[in-house]
Amino acid sequence: MSGREVALQLELRGITKRFGGLVANDNIDLTVEPGEIHALLGENGAGKSTLMNVLYGLLQPDAGQILLDGKAVRFHNPGEALAAGIGMVHQHFMLVPVFTVAENVMLGVEPTTFLGLLDRRRARKDVLELSSRYGLAIDPDALVEDLPVGIQQRVEIVKALHREASMVILDEPTAVLTPGETNELFEIMRGLQASGKSIIFISHKLKEVQEIADRITVLRRGKVVGSPPPSASDEELASLMVGRAVELTVHKDPARPGDVVLKLDGLSVKNAAGRAVVNGVSFEVRSGEIVGVAGVQGNGQTELCKTIMGLLPVEAGSIRVHDHDLTGTSTRAVLESGVSYIPEDRQEDGIVEAFSLADNLVLDDYNRAPYASGLALHLDEIRKSASKLTDEYDIRATSIDMTAGTLSGGNQQKVIVARELGRDVSLLVANQPTRGLDVGSIEFVHNRIVAARDHGAAVLICSTELDEIYALADRIIVMYEGRIAGERPPTVSIEELGLLMAGAGTPDSVAEAQPA
Amino acid sequence: MSHQDAGPEGNEPTTPTEPEDSAENPPDATKQVAAGAGHPKGAETALQLLNAVLEGSSAVVTFLAIVLAIVIGGLLIAFTSPTVLHAWSHLFSAPGAAFSRAWDVASSAYSAMFEGAIVNPHTVSAAFHGGSIAAIFNPLSETAVNATPLILAGLAVALAFRAGMFNIGATGQFIGGAMIAGWIGFAVHLPMIIHVVVAVIGGFVGGSIVGGFVGTLKARTGAHEVIVTIMTNYVMEYLILFLLGLAVFRAPGLPNPVSPPVANNAMLPHLAGATLRINAGFLVALAAAAGVSWFLNRTTVGFELRTVGANASAARSAGMSPERTWIIVMVICGGLAGLAGASVILGTDFALTPQIYGTYGIDAITVALLGRGTPFGVVLAALLYGTLDAGSVTMQAQTQIPVDIATVIQALIVLFVASPPFVREVFHLRRRRRVEEGAQVLAKGWSA
Repeated sequence: MSGREVALQLELRGITKRFGGLVANDNIDLTVEPGEIHALLGENGAGKSTLMNVLYGLLQPDAGQILLDGKAVRFHNPGEALAAGIGMVHQHFMLVPVFTVAENVMLGVEPTTFLGLLDRRRARKDVLELSSRYGLAIDPDALVEDLPVGIQQRVEIVKALHREASMVILDEPTAVLTPGETNELFEIMRGLQASGKSIIFISHKLKEVQEIADRITVLRRGKVVGSPPPSASDEELASLMVGRAVELTVHKDPARPGDVVLKLDGLSVKNAAGRAVVNGVSFEVRSGEIVGVAGVQGNGQTELCKTIMGLLPVEAGSIRVHDHDLTGTSTRAVLESGVSYIPEDRQEDGIVEAFSLADNLVLDDYNRAPYASGLALHLDEIRKSASKLTDEYDIRATSIDMTAGTLSGGNQQKVIVARELGRDVSLLVANQPTRGLDVGSIEFVHNRIVAARDHGAAVLICSTELDEIYALADRIIVMYEGRIAGERPPTVSIEELGLLMAGAGTPDSVAEAQPA
Repeated sequence: MSHQDAGPEGNEPTTPTEPEDSAENPPDATKQVAAGAGHPKGAETALQLLNAVLEGSSAVVTFLAIVLAIVIGGLLIAFTSPTVLHAWSHLFSAPGAAFSRAWDVASSAYSAMFEGAIVNPHTVSAAFHGGSIAAIFNPLSETAVNATPLILAGLAVALAFRAGMFNIGATGQFIGGAMIAGWIGFAVHLPMIIHVVVAVIGGFVGGSIVGGFVGTLKARTGAHEVIVTIMTNYVMEYLILFLLGLAVFRAPGLPNPVSPPVANNAMLPHLAGATLRINAGFLVALAAAAGVSWFLNRTTVGFELRTVGANASAARSAGMSPERTWIIVMVICGGLAGLAGASVILGTDFALTPQIYGTYGIDAITVALLGRGTPFGVVLAALLYGTLDAGSVTMQAQTQIPVDIATVIQALIVLFVASPPFVREVFHLRRRRRVEEGAQVLAKGWSA
């Protein structure tokens, strides 16, 4: 359990991988030096994950070579890659929720006593040792299902280290993390680097790559398009990734707020356990303005949006839209009063993966004219509108009959945005509208939201990404533990916003207020 | 289109590429590219068909599963026959006899089945010599009669599948329908046509009450429909037994718990003369399949139903009410199973017995599975079952091979349909992955 001290030098030469007509990886060369953090930057669908799956033995390349320390190798399955010292932490964790951390770590390489029984004590000891050596702070006896996502990710890292990986592939590790957790992950990555491990860090977030990477390789449409230094600017990286100049700042005119559209008065919501997750929230959103709700994940933003949409019962207080009381009405009634909704989890709540694009584009207005009259659906109208929206919102699909599950995340989100903004909107409720999207798609969604505002819609946006709040909001509301911690103009400093998000006006209380 | 099917596990979602990307593809991709590059529509369809066969689309897998089941069924027929086993005990002295005897037994069994379910050549030649023309069509009539309740009950299960529910309760709903249709048939006196129409509607209502009870329980209390439907099956099985003991339901003067026969006016009219059993119930079943297809694909409620089945959480966010949908679906499914009951009591059996429900409710589950949850598929699957059922009777009569072999073949078909990777392996088909609405619902498991 000493860990391989020799770091690995990895070279990929001319890796090509095709799926039918699609070239996912086209003649890719990549070198990762020992002890280096190498970022693989690219949009969704650029071929990053495919390349890593080839390296990890999950896929076989159609052409090209993998060289480890100059020797050509071929991995037929992940077991062989692991044996050669390559570990991978997938975007979706491969953990057994009802097992403890130690049990998960020993899974597949279970240590046994001389009687052939499981040696849990040794597994525990191994976890503790690795945890302390790399500063991971993991309790080996905790059940994985009880752990926050950030800690579960560390369990995956420990799994890789426990199998003596010299090189760790992290596939979009920050996609599921809060800003605080991301910083902690970076600390861990630096610790791993210091002990000679090399890391391949897959991301589409420019700031993270600039912060942590020693070297960067940019992929676009399956090809290597450049290896800029980490000191490259946001604009340079973004234009390499997307293949054209990208506007990272949203251009918008000053807001011209009109009448009050959404009015919340003392709104309180309890979760299943009876805890108040939204607690006495009151604010207004006017037409022609964007109100951004900032806050660390899990401070009541999701419940706030769902309650406005009639998806959670109101405990106390009222919701009014255009002076109609919508407290305790159905989601259908909320939608029909001119409210559009972009849910937080697009695959869970936003689209139906097994449905065609056309069906998804009418998912919440299929029962209105011109798509239906009485019981009968008008398929012609549905298809006509789908073709129009697909063009207008630049949804990349070969046909409107394609199932939505085969689209990339960015295109799935465009489907939702097209559906929700393609009709008359008086209020848009958007929760994390660009989560997990690449730069190009974020730009697109942001521009559409601003356009909706300029057409007179009232917009309420919840986001944990401060960049997004600053880019869009005309007013910023900060939520902390279900309450409104403060309201600020968009000129507020990031430090002040950070303090409000941590639930404190004074710097002293920040440390203890950080979410665990 | 075929070239989107490819993404293997763990791969990023396959982004569709612009035509210019695929145009520079190496040879192995040219087939698909050619299809997309403006070939006439016929060529494109042909290529899609070819790909469907090579990759084993669900229709192809289903067909191959049937072929495989019939082959294995043939082996079973051969090797459970004493004459074949005797021939094989002398395999080394007379190998030819061993094989030919096995072939003879299996092929005579299947040809008897064919004669019983499709057409018997003897009746054709007999017709030329002054025999009955109707006799030629008797096998097909029997197939249709056997298929009728299976189509209706199969639809009851398939529609629930599409809404993400497992309707194990077709038996109970069948009994509910048979009871009310039967009671209207023998206890009420109405003019021709009106009587049978009222009785059929009564069958729908009877099944709806049982189904609606299940749907309401699920919507109001969250009770799992699998448990509730299994329990209502028991309740209904004993309820009919109980009712047949009461004076209202029991035929006077008979020693057995049997109801009086339904009035002539309430019988489903024969479609092809009195000698053939095929009756209007078959038309009701086909109309029901067409109606369900229209309902699923062309109505707002059908759209809600499919959405709730595919992603209940997204349905809720889109303003639909899964609870309301569950109730509606179970009312309709119950009604369809109730129609199956009506088709049996008014079309073939004419009197209620404690065992009126047979195995229709259970067979309906496999028919729905075999039909991949689509109305058209259910009709085909039920016809196949009807063929096997009708044919097996003749088979037993002609060859003394037990009718149960038909059940074995039905079970094998379902077994293979439920394990596509195995069928693909046997026939060396390429692997494929694709999100398919019906298939996905069927594969979801019991935790819906």
